[in-house]
Amino acid sequence: MNEPTPSPAQKPQKISCRGITKSFGAKRVLAGVDLDIAEGESMVVIGGSGTGKSVTIKCILGLLKHDTGSIKVDGVEVSNLGARERERINTKFGMLFQGGALFDSLPVWENVAFGLMHAQKMKRRLAREKAIEKLAMVGLGADVGRLFPAELSGGMQKRVSLARAIATEPEVIFFDEPTTGLDPIMADVINNLIFETTRKLGATTLSITHDMASVRKIADKVAMIHGGKIIWCGSIKEIDRSGNPFVEQFIHGRADGPIQMQVRRL
Amino acid sequence: MRLALRLNPLALIGRAFFGILSTIGRLALFMAESVTHCVRPPFFPMLVARQVIEIGYYSLPVVGLTGIFAGMVLALQSYTGFSRFAAESAIPNVVAISMTRELGPVFAGLMVAGRVGAAMAAEIGTMRVTEQIDALRTLSTNPFKYLVVPRLLAGLISLPILVLVADIVGIMGGYLVAVYKLDFNADAYINNTIDFLEPLDVGSGLVKAAVFGLLIALMGCYHGFHSKGGARGVGTATTNAVVSGAILVLIFNYIITEAFFSR
Repeated sequence: MNEPTPSPAQKPQKISCRGITKSFGAKRVLAGVDLDIAEGESMVVIGGSGTGKSVTIKCILGLLKHDTGSIKVDGVEVSNLGARERERINTKFGMLFQGGALFDSLPVWENVAFGLMHAQKMKRRLAREKAIEKLAMVGLGADVGRLFPAELSGGMQKRVSLARAIATEPEVIFFDEPTTGLDPIMADVINNLIFETTRKLGATTLSITHDMASVRKIADKVAMIHGGKIIWCGSIKEIDRSGNPFVEQFIHGRADGPIQMQVRRL
Repeated sequence: MRLALRLNPLALIGRAFFGILSTIGRLALFMAESVTHCVRPPFFPMLVARQVIEIGYYSLPVVGLTGIFAGMVLALQSYTGFSRFAAESAIPNVVAISMTRELGPVFAGLMVAGRVGAAMAAEIGTMRVTEQIDALRTLSTNPFKYLVVPRLLAGLISLPILVLVADIVGIMGGYLVAVYKLDFNADAYINNTIDFLEPLDVGSGLVKAAVFGLLIALMGCYHGFHSKGGARGVGTATTNAVVSGAILVLIFNYIITEAFFSR
């Protein structure tokens, strides 16, 4: 009974996807994704490039419209929401984009405070204090707040992005390849920060990555996506004993196996 | 087979035709969505003000320079023509009416299309390809309200002011050439200008300016918003914004002139 992470049956589902499909022209990217994320859980979706990881997240966030299937947030169907309801649902969400996606016309602190000032209508001065507090949480000083995103290194941009994603203290945080393009040490720093900050907030998280070090650090549960479907889902403890040849090949990074990369033969 | 289909002239015409239709449709939807967001809160007055400075204030030197030289050359050219018929006294009138009705709005419109349309398309296009527009959505801020509406409103507000400046500076350019180069009487020149100029001359130019401002901003935002594929996509969007903005300025210049002055 003293399990640190309670089984999903005990906790309500925060996000529940059933049979999401999405095609771009003739190319079918998602072919029926089923994914359940319990409240407070950290779910990591792994899979090769171009398997539909990002598209899944973007469908849940409403940035892309899926073709068929159902997406529920807190038990409420969000598939066909109007713009205003979508905005309201999105106040529950925070997102760290792969490239950071910081607004380069605004100084760092305004980036972090953006959701506070616009979605929560917080006063500028108060939002600034909050932003500096969040920057401190990701290990950046108040002086960084005055800089512009273009003046920061890649690792610092990722941290600012993380600060922005957690600034409104959202219920669900999405991470799109949080460690891509960072050196292994900075990647570990970011992983630690993600782990600590999300635990502190008690947020539910959905991350996508192909970095196994990141998976082992932040995941409670892991789902593997291949060919537009979730082909395996289990707790992080089971990943080394999955018995699934696709998962085995992925976590060990082997070129030989059931997953064939599309490399043109000479 | 596919190559043959691609080279088939009928298929080419059909593809171009449907391409134009779908662009017009997308543009109409974009416009409709922008207008609905213009009237629904939340509003961003600070962003409108910032864009007015960006579009209006920073375009003053360019618009002023084009205005003054347009007015100067107008006086010079009409003198070479009119002096043959001893009709030099019509020059102030010609300069004033040409500047206020046509050259002021069109030159200002074209300069702003180049300067501002390009900047808007590049900025919004870069925001699109670096996922900043997606980031806005995830932060519960509508990108139309935050990015498009302020620019459209700023275009609508700034261009008439710029055109008024171009009118005044242009007429002054004509005056300078007439008085200091062609030996006109300064008082007579000014009196002539004031006597002949009607409110409709200036008014029609300002209406044109407002329409041009809206169109230029719309083109910049639309092309930026729909750019894709990295730096190359942003480059294409910028070119399209300037070209379509400039062409629309000239087309609508004719349409509005027709509406005001054709009898």
